[in-house]
Amino acid sequence: MDPDDPAAERMLDGNAVAGTLGAVFGADVTLVPGRCAHCGAVNMVGALRAWVGGPGSVLRCPACDSVVIRIVTTPRGTLVDVRGAAYLRFEQR
Amino acid sequence: MASPIDWQLATVAAARDETTTVRTLTLALPAWPGHRPGQHVDLRLTAEDGYSVERSYSIASEPERGAEIDITVERIPDGEVSPFLHEVVVPGDRLEVRGPIGGYFVWESSLGGPLFLVGGGSGVVPLMAMLRHRARSGSTVPARLLFSCRGPDDAIYRAEIDTLAAADPAFDVAYTFTRVQPPGWTGYTRRVDRAMLAEVIEPLGSAARTFICGPTALVEVAANALVGLGVAADRVRTERFGPSGT
Repeated sequence: MDPDDPAAERMLDGNAVAGTLGAVFGADVTLVPGRCAHCGAVNMVGALRAWVGGPGSVLRCPACDSVVIRIVTTPRGTLVDVRGAAYLRFEQR
Repeated sequence: MASPIDWQLATVAAARDETTTVRTLTLALPAWPGHRPGQHVDLRLTAEDGYSVERSYSIASEPERGAEIDITVERIPDGEVSPFLHEVVVPGDRLEVRGPIGGYFVWESSLGGPLFLVGGGSGVVPLMAMLRHRARSGSTVPARLLFSCRGPDDAIYRAEIDTLAAADPAFDVAYTFTRVQPPGWTGYTRRVDRAMLAEVIEPLGSAARTFICGPTALVEVAANALVGLGVAADRVRTERFGPSGT
């Protein structure tokens, strides 16, 4: 986070979209490790940096700031773009 | 029993003021699956014209409370939701709630300690659920809370926290009052920084499980500092609330 950028205070984390993603995936995602497709860093979704309140929400890699997950909620459904993730690893149940 | 991903109707069972700007609502839920300390709920308000808005609120109460949960809401001036929850909602009203949500920002006594909690303003809410659970479960793991607020009148749950600290030799609290201090105050008066964290975490050591919650700026400073002080990255869990109210 750039301390000189006032907009930086608005940054949240994966906890902020956990309800939306939980409804989509049918499971808690905050503990799901994801590998950044750009830099390879692995972080749990709960630790990704989140920017909400725009037309959609983006979750960014804490290491390289690339977009890992993009979420757009529309009247016809929720769109989830995970191309920024090399993988998301869900536990077997 | 409802799934955590389903919206259910909660009934407001009680409301009480914690400070002049903070209110706790007790919600009774017909199909509550139980929760873990640190989790939150999503709350949805829908206007007659169909416009809806959602907010997330950390659960303040311990899981041992059963089918009732507390949420503690700070009134944000010009907010869309919090003024409604403060000024309009009364016991008996019904609110749409989804949860519990989140497994990442969770501590329960089975995880062990030591436990180091850093809270700023309303960020103390999920930490309070952890402390209440720790007390109810009879846990004796060493625990410390570093609580940053503007002044003593803004320290949510202060009386309860002080009572817990006085009764439990394994739990300590350090306040930093950044704007207004009580008369004779000899404690911290500045924003959380690395030196303060080093002092407060010192008795617990760098193996502590740490949880930081509050304004984003505080969380960033504290998380970076704790990693710099030797706490393993996977033992630093964070929940950012966005800009502080001030």
